[in-house]
Amino acid sequence: MEKILHDLVLSPDWYFTAARGLTLILIVMTLAGYSVLLERKASAWIQGRIGPNRTMHPLIGWIPFIGTFLAKGGFIQPAADGGKFLFKEDALPGHVRKFYYVLAPIIALAPALAVLVMLPFGEFIYEGKRYAISLTQGADVGVLFMFAVSSLGVYGIALAGWSANSKFPFLGAVRGAAQLVSYELAMGLTVLTIFLATSVPGEDHGLSLVAMVNAQSGAWNILTQPIAALVFLICVFAETNRHPFDMPESETDLVGGFHTEYGAFKFGIFFVAEYSHMIIGSTLFILMFLGGWHVLPWMPSVGEGWVGSLIGVATFFLKLCFFLFFFVWVRWTLPRFRYDQVMRIGWRVLLPIAVLNLLAYFAWYALRG
Amino acid sequence: MAIKVVERRPLTLAERTYLPQILAGLKVTWDNMVRPSVTLQYPEERPTIPKNYRGVPTLIMDPNGREKCVSCQLCEFVCPPKAIRITPGEITENATNAHVEKAPKEFEINMLRCIYCGLCEEVCPEEAIFLQSQYSLTGLTRESMVNNKVKLYELGGTLPDGHHKWDKKKEEADKQAGGGH
Repeated sequence: MEKILHDLVLSPDWYFTAARGLTLILIVMTLAGYSVLLERKASAWIQGRIGPNRTMHPLIGWIPFIGTFLAKGGFIQPAADGGKFLFKEDALPGHVRKFYYVLAPIIALAPALAVLVMLPFGEFIYEGKRYAISLTQGADVGVLFMFAVSSLGVYGIALAGWSANSKFPFLGAVRGAAQLVSYELAMGLTVLTIFLATSVPGEDHGLSLVAMVNAQSGAWNILTQPIAALVFLICVFAETNRHPFDMPESETDLVGGFHTEYGAFKFGIFFVAEYSHMIIGSTLFILMFLGGWHVLPWMPSVGEGWVGSLIGVATFFLKLCFFLFFFVWVRWTLPRFRYDQVMRIGWRVLLPIAVLNLLAYFAWYALRG
Repeated sequence: MAIKVVERRPLTLAERTYLPQILAGLKVTWDNMVRPSVTLQYPEERPTIPKNYRGVPTLIMDPNGREKCVSCQLCEFVCPPKAIRITPGEITENATNAHVEKAPKEFEINMLRCIYCGLCEEVCPEEAIFLQSQYSLTGLTRESMVNNKVKLYELGGTLPDGHHKWDKKKEEADKQAGGGH
């Protein structure tokens, strides 16, 4: 079994590599689709409604129990939504800059999928060596790559707002760009704090996410660095443009925000991109603060060998699901900040806190020697 | 009048971070989430209609199965959106209800015009028209939304009636014709 796992994850054949990449993309895209369902269901529950509970495919619907269960849970709904987006007329408004208008949704989605290359979500031991379950074995530049590339998603928003050639998308795009710049700083500083804490001097640590997870086999970073965790969490909300920071597409004042002029599948891609960014943001928080695939603090794994690995992956997935739910939960709890409030929180609250936190840790490690 | 100054204490540090408030808000939404939903699944579950509900106007028959409407056209006159159109008709000599003054030859209520105000029910001297509990009326053409007499009686059915106005009148008339007082 360990051999199979080893071959699946590490085999250098091109078809294995392609299959791994496709599987990961498929999982994340499906997960994005189902987080839309989660959003709809959870918002319905919070508001005393039931949510989508009727969509059914005639071929599945006749199966007793399973059919009813799938319908009640709305599990076919994402497929129906996606199908609708596919078959709608793909209108191209006359007043847009066509090339960039088509390019924008691709640029919004591509970075979210590209960072999957660096994403570790489990580990296994083969012949006494530890390997990460990841496309690139958690290369040394892991964190750098993830932050650099996932932030590129805002170019999709900016391009959409500009190429749509209309005022509301433009305002949304400007807000999105400003917001990203404001919160990226505080986010980066908290990451620095975490590196300060986890990289032991004299060890080949690099910027690897795997090493960062392994450094949390005792206490998780959220326990040792609660302030950094909180700042990072708020920044993740801001970076993914989720409530209460959804400035770029605040429906009440900007119609649809940056994707006002988009419809059909191009809008669907923006939608998936937003949820993919949510998934990426959640995984970053889980890897950096919640011990990644470690089951509990001070209890990195349960089970031996491949069972332990699978439990680790399942733990990671559960944490991810909780985070996706948390995103939704917060969205339907908090009202949206005003734009000036967003800027004030970013520059005058979070950034000073992050800087002070970093300086305090500098001092602490310097004094400790 | 004395002015009462409301003390506004400055926010504490915990309040200014918003975090306790956010947590309290999360608890509120969580409590809402675990509460059973209030949605009525409409086509499967139907709402309970209160007793004096004003639904689709209908014509009703008396307990003898005769139409109560005497075609006085008061409802037609009172109807604010002019939804009712009555064609008055005579009752033939040898009919069982020959003693009733008149009956409508045709009675149409245009449900595209009707505003469900209930004035027709209020004005009817014969208690022949009632807004009953039917609340969902649909059609695919404009013509199908005009209820004719057959449809109106079909919707209305028979309601209990303690008056027996025309039976009493007939009795009286019979008595007089039989050389009573």
